[in-house]
Amino acid sequence: MAVITTTTLSFHNDVLNAPKGQPVLVDFWAAWCGPCKMLSPIVDQIAEEVDGIRVCKVNVDEEPELVETYNIEAFPTLLVFKDGELVNQAVGLRPKAAIISMLVG
Amino acid sequence: MTAALYAARAGRQAVVLEGLVCGGQIVSAAQVENYPGIPAVSGADFSASLFEQASAAGAEFDFQEARGLRRTADGFEVLTDGEPLCCKAVILAGGAKNRPLGLPGEEGFTGRGISYCATCDGAFYRDKTVAVVGGGNTALDDALVLAELCRAVYLIHRRDEFRGERRTLEKAEAHPKITIRRSAVVTALEGEKRLSAVVVKNLKTGGEDRLPLDGLFVAIGQMPQNTPFADFAKLDENGYIIAGEDCKTSTPGVFAAGDCRTKTVRQLATAAADGAAAALAALEFLREA
Repeated sequence: MAVITTTTLSFHNDVLNAPKGQPVLVDFWAAWCGPCKMLSPIVDQIAEEVDGIRVCKVNVDEEPELVETYNIEAFPTLLVFKDGELVNQAVGLRPKAAIISMLVG
Repeated sequence: MTAALYAARAGRQAVVLEGLVCGGQIVSAAQVENYPGIPAVSGADFSASLFEQASAAGAEFDFQEARGLRRTADGFEVLTDGEPLCCKAVILAGGAKNRPLGLPGEEGFTGRGISYCATCDGAFYRDKTVAVVGGGNTALDDALVLAELCRAVYLIHRRDEFRGERRTLEKAEAHPKITIRRSAVVTALEGEKRLSAVVVKNLKTGGEDRLPLDGLFVAIGQMPQNTPFADFAKLDENGYIIAGEDCKTSTPGVFAAGDCRTKTVRQLATAAADGAAAALAALEFLREA
């Protein structure tokens, strides 16, 4: 499934109101953050390869409200939501398999 | 990635196996100013750009760790945590990884107070007290990066003189948040679940003191990680793969490129040069096979 660029306005729809039971991975990234750039293609691959999930990206410079709401202090931060609840999070680089297990583990 | 770019452009199927993110050590470089033709670029931008270039040329990226090699009837199998990958030729380009201090408890504290990459993990220590161990450019750069985020930064170096650039050292010396401890080594790590303090020994006086801190950044150089491939590529006494400028190892069809190979200079430009040489040698091997 294609990656969704989510915003403060669409976050409710894209993430919190995702279909029941569907895990949603949200990648908080910044254009000036080197590790975020290198993580991005891995997040893209996960979106394509893993069935039954949804993957969203938040550009932290454009969505300061979301950064504040979820208390994001370092980048990249990955959040996993399920049924509108934050169920898992990771700060910094993680191997691809570890990210997938955050979603379906 | 350079080798994959060459191989893909030559019409071969090229798969890059990568355990974490592409780019290796250069991703952590804040600024690269010595790559020919590019006056200045961040290491991450350089890596991202090479990743896109190689992908566009047709190289595939498989984000899992290569665990070893096995010979098959018509080539090799690269072992992974999942399915092995079959191929006709292998280019080993595992680079080098950060050298650990070698102290008891170090592995358990890794990710719980001990880090080998200030650029990657510095953000976890905002407004905290940290120490950097090392005396080269990486250690000095790390101390400066951390001083922007942390409350206090100790720079612990076993010698009096620093190997790092004089200008960077002067910046570190002048920084109000950085305290430099010369002729000093970390002798013990303390903490329950997380690192909470280190014991620092002054090599001149022999005196020891306990330094409470939240994070310890280790920057004492690199070592190769070639052991899983040692059956196919002979290693020198330091663990580097023995191969000349043609990147050919002791096994036909197995090549070594970049920092993992025996060489005197380990730079971005020389690693890229190896990538090209190794790919061309591998292409020649495939034509003759």
